[in-house]
Amino acid sequence: MTTKKKNTAFLIVQDNEDARPIIEAVEQDNPGVNIQYEPGMVRMERAASLIVKRETVEVLKGCEWDVQELHLVLISLAGNVDEDDEKFELSWG
Amino acid sequence: MAAKKLNMRKRYELLTRGIGWETSYQKMDDVFPYDTFEGIKITDWDKWEDPFRLTMDAYWKFQAEKEKKLYAIIDSFAQNNGQTNLADASYLSAIKLFITGVTPLEYAAHHGFAHLGRHFRGEGARVACQMQAIDELRHAQTQIHTISHYNKHFTGLHDPFYQSDRVWYLSVPKSFGEDALSAGPFEFITSISFAFEYVLTNLLFVPFMSGAAYNGDMATTTFGFSAQSDESRHMTLGLEIIKFMLEQHEDNLPIIQGWIDKHFWRAYRVLALVSAMQDYMLTNTPMSWKEAWDIYFVENGGALFEDLGRYGLKMPKHHELATAEAEHLSHQVWSVFCALGNATGFHTFEPSDEKMDWLSEKYPNTFDKYYRPRFEHWKKQKEDGTFEYLASLPQLCQVCQIPMIFTEVKTDPMQLSFRNTKFKGDNYHFCSDGCKDIFENEPEKYVQAWLPVHQIFQGNCGGATIPEVLKWYKFEPEDGGDYFDSQDFRRWQEWHGKDEPAKTGSDN
Repeated sequence: MTTKKKNTAFLIVQDNEDARPIIEAVEQDNPGVNIQYEPGMVRMERAASLIVKRETVEVLKGCEWDVQELHLVLISLAGNVDEDDEKFELSWG
Repeated sequence: MAAKKLNMRKRYELLTRGIGWETSYQKMDDVFPYDTFEGIKITDWDKWEDPFRLTMDAYWKFQAEKEKKLYAIIDSFAQNNGQTNLADASYLSAIKLFITGVTPLEYAAHHGFAHLGRHFRGEGARVACQMQAIDELRHAQTQIHTISHYNKHFTGLHDPFYQSDRVWYLSVPKSFGEDALSAGPFEFITSISFAFEYVLTNLLFVPFMSGAAYNGDMATTTFGFSAQSDESRHMTLGLEIIKFMLEQHEDNLPIIQGWIDKHFWRAYRVLALVSAMQDYMLTNTPMSWKEAWDIYFVENGGALFEDLGRYGLKMPKHHELATAEAEHLSHQVWSVFCALGNATGFHTFEPSDEKMDWLSEKYPNTFDKYYRPRFEHWKKQKEDGTFEYLASLPQLCQVCQIPMIFTEVKTDPMQLSFRNTKFKGDNYHFCSDGCKDIFENEPEKYVQAWLPVHQIFQGNCGGATIPEVLKWYKFEPEDGGDYFDSQDFRRWQEWHGKDEPAKTGSDN
């Protein structure tokens, strides 16, 4: 099973100021993440799983950030969602 | 001790559980009469959980924030005459098809989810459906508000809801919505939240909206992405409801598989319209329909169904055909619109030379071989003044209601795909095995289809001639026809200081 290609989890957000710390946090916390800038949007994809951590976003943003604020810039996603106060995670089983 | 802030999980639990009750003076089955007849067995509604754990108070807060951002952009777009900065006015054809084809479908979805928000027995599911009902209404409203600005400057945007109920190609999305609405609640949510929103809606709202940004339409991009942020929640809900039903009882599997097979194909046929928007109506196209299909269906949908494989669920029936059609779909759909361009509420046009080269590059196996010659032929006919629109009405598929334009892409792409079946002595016609299967599973439902062409011939659409029917559609004479003969084109030329309107080709 280890040779099997892992399915891609992705998160797409708007390309704007509010999303920037989220994109940077994803870059820091997800080794091997592929980030593509398309007109108006940014697509972040990674094999098997992708995580957004509250703490990292807060450090980059310099203020408190509620994980649910992700809704304000979210465009699309793929993967099973696991969300709590600390993180928003997408993964394929 | 100061009250500690509750965590997300706890807040969700408190605001979605224990707010219903076992009824005593009426039977529960009478209070919730619709959630059993489809055969879906639910043993414990409390197992339902919204992965986003969104509560009503948080919902209102975030939605208000989204609206503020959206309306700030709509205002600034209008104040800065954003319409003059589009890539080209021909791009508006996509917006005209969007407001007449998609927006009424959003409104229909609002109806459906409002119904589910009352009729599911589990409170968690009801809360999620109530939010989605409000979302769908918001989508219809924000689309109308955004696009109303274009209605001040361009033709064809004046009566979307009236036209949705009548126009030949708008019966495609309308009949899909009504197919779902007239089903039971579990089938409805499987259709809209899963088959349409999870599996296919990315194709409409992600590459197309990115395309709108690429063509200078920030207003549409913003409502599109704002709507899509709700869609992400809906997709998650769609996946959750499928997993929930599958985990509740093993008998649910074959029922759900049947619905996924059906509604995947139904929704995919609706998206045939989007393929033409993506490849032909967008002046500049960042991504082709085929590329979008490969990313959002083949790859992403593949991952999804692999994940659901543990429940025994399989890829929707005929998905291979949909993938094989990806190299032909937009060309076939745009061709039929061009051939019937005197009966559309938006402008049609042959692709510019530059666009044709782009299509050749994106569709190396099909465009030059099958479709370029057709568009070049029409272009030449228009230059010579010999072009004529189709004078007859097309035969429609009994299920998807699209004219019979699709071909046998796997064997002979120049051979029309034609299927038929007999039911109670009458012969019914279909564009594909997918639509034929759907009919044969529920013939009693689909014999009732309101097929626009049949209705015209039966005298129910204003008269027997094309002008009479168009009048009945409330199509104004300036709404349809070739873009280069249009009021929109002349206005665009004036705005950009070109007083000699070019005759043909947007590359002039």
